[in-house]
Amino acid sequence: MTHFVINIKNLTKNYETVAGVVPVLKGIDLSVSSGEFLAIMGASGSGKSTLMNILGCLDTPSGGIYELNGTDIQSLDKNSLASFRNSMIGFIFQGFNLLPRMSIIDNIALPLVYAGIPKEERIERARIMLEKVGLGLYGSYRPNQISGGQQQRVAIARALINRPKLILADEPTGNLDTKTSEEIMTLFSDLNTQEGITIILITHENNIAQYAQSIVHIHDGKIDFREPTNRMEERIK
Amino acid sequence: MIWSMLHEALEAMIANRMRSFLTMLGMMIGVGAVIIMSAIGAGAQEAVKQSIASMGSNLFIVLSGSTTSGGARMGSGATPTLTIGDAEAIAELPSIAEVAPIASGMAQVIYGSNNWSTTIMGSTPNILTVRNWTMESGYSFTDADVRGATRVALIGKTVAENLFGDENPVGKMIRIKQSPYQVVGVLALKGQSLDGRDQDDTIIVPVTTAQHKLFGSQFQGTVRLIMAQAVSADQMNEAENQMTELLRQRHHIRDNKENDFSIRNLAAMAASAADTAKVMSLMLGAIASISLLVGGIGIMNIMLVSVTERTREIGIRVAIGAHERDILLQFLLEALMISIFGSMIGILLGVGGAFIAENFLSMSVIFTSQSILTAFGVAATIGIFFGFYPARKAAKMEPIDALRFQ
Repeated sequence: MTHFVINIKNLTKNYETVAGVVPVLKGIDLSVSSGEFLAIMGASGSGKSTLMNILGCLDTPSGGIYELNGTDIQSLDKNSLASFRNSMIGFIFQGFNLLPRMSIIDNIALPLVYAGIPKEERIERARIMLEKVGLGLYGSYRPNQISGGQQQRVAIARALINRPKLILADEPTGNLDTKTSEEIMTLFSDLNTQEGITIILITHENNIAQYAQSIVHIHDGKIDFREPTNRMEERIK
Repeated sequence: MIWSMLHEALEAMIANRMRSFLTMLGMMIGVGAVIIMSAIGAGAQEAVKQSIASMGSNLFIVLSGSTTSGGARMGSGATPTLTIGDAEAIAELPSIAEVAPIASGMAQVIYGSNNWSTTIMGSTPNILTVRNWTMESGYSFTDADVRGATRVALIGKTVAENLFGDENPVGKMIRIKQSPYQVVGVLALKGQSLDGRDQDDTIIVPVTTAQHKLFGSQFQGTVRLIMAQAVSADQMNEAENQMTELLRQRHHIRDNKENDFSIRNLAAMAASAADTAKVMSLMLGAIASISLLVGGIGIMNIMLVSVTERTREIGIRVAIGAHERDILLQFLLEALMISIFGSMIGILLGVGGAFIAENFLSMSVIFTSQSILTAFGVAATIGIFFGFYPARKAAKMEPIDALRFQ
């Protein structure tokens, strides 16, 4: 039996509004095994962002089971969730979300600050990561001094630095042009194929989703269907 | 971890230079004000203490009483009723340590081409003990001088300066009301009295000399007042009662008549003056503390703005694994840094301001390391106290709300 990084059973999420309880996720079943590259697609309002927040331990489900790396996250308190995010998950956002006052190196090393790693090791590991995403010369720059594509590479380096079990990328190419988007997606699939990093990608663009191995379509809070991508089909052939 | 947080706090402070400076300004003014005010307060208290000490301790002044002449009541001392005999009798009382009768008046004093108008006090050598006076040079006159009514004089510093300048007065002859007196000693500097009189602007001669040779017609065997020093502070009440009884007997005052003298307790006056000074310095400190409090509120205000502005940053930090305590500590450190930097500059301002007050406004100021440490400690406490609420607000933020914030 393959090791599941993510194991979700009958996951529900309701939001309470003035109009009453609004169900956003209505029973999701999903398993992601180690080394998988999965894209989650859906129209806006389909619940994919909510699912993403729950997967990233930023939000808690209303019902059902969510196990991340074998741990039921509903059993964790706020503090343990923070540690869990720190060690298990690497986030990549549409808007890059780098801290503007910090140098690139310090941005990349920030998760290690919260992991309690000593300074020399932090900087050393951040340099290696920066090298890996191809920005070795930019360590002392500030985020606003480099391009959007470069900023996203920095964000990827930051997501990877604490060797997470899972990378969560929420519309990572949403703010980038086509050419840069291709470069970033190539970096993702390289990380996946060469280093076996588990990636969950949220997007609404089909051509971006095609970089993954399989696509899960979400519609109205439920999983519509799951299909292998063209790339996978080609590879199988 | 704490170092990288301190570093970040410093960078956040530098990134918002103007804002940090203005926030710090509140702390600077607060701490500076506390330090200046407490230094001035302590200085004033010390000055009062010194003038109390210069007056002499456990002192009574016995004044000739008011008498009624033709329906108009005269003020204290208007009619001289006290005599040297009274003084000697008071000295016999067990609760009294020293007594000095004083017959005083104004007179013109001449030395060479200089002249000066000053108070001439006729008294006994005891006056030096009673008034806690020391000699700067020369010697005091003696009881033999009092008995013989010799023409000798002790002069105060102010008189010495005005008559002699740099010259040494001891042994020189001066003229008081045209008669020659030999200066036998110079009194040590005493400074201002509680009511602001220059205590050094005086000449002391034997009381008999004053009575018979200087102010003869004015004091016919009487003195203006008697200074009496009680044995100790807790014998003051007893001494007052004994003196009253004694003087009533000696002056043959019947039971239903008023005293023809009055007794003033200088220790009580001194205590109330010291109390006033203390209350004043407490009040100064309290007013200054209010500005420190206002400074603290300024910190809280700006930290709340900062937390709101940096909501997204907080969201990012939380997403990548910051614990609540990390966020709390980060904002607390920023608040603390502003208050500590502010108070350090405030200490410099306070010390500088007090220096100016001392040297250019000639106020007496006293620094205590205690007041500086207290101001610093209070400032740090204020930083934590007023920084805590905004920091907690930041730490309690929900990550998804914080990340969604634009």
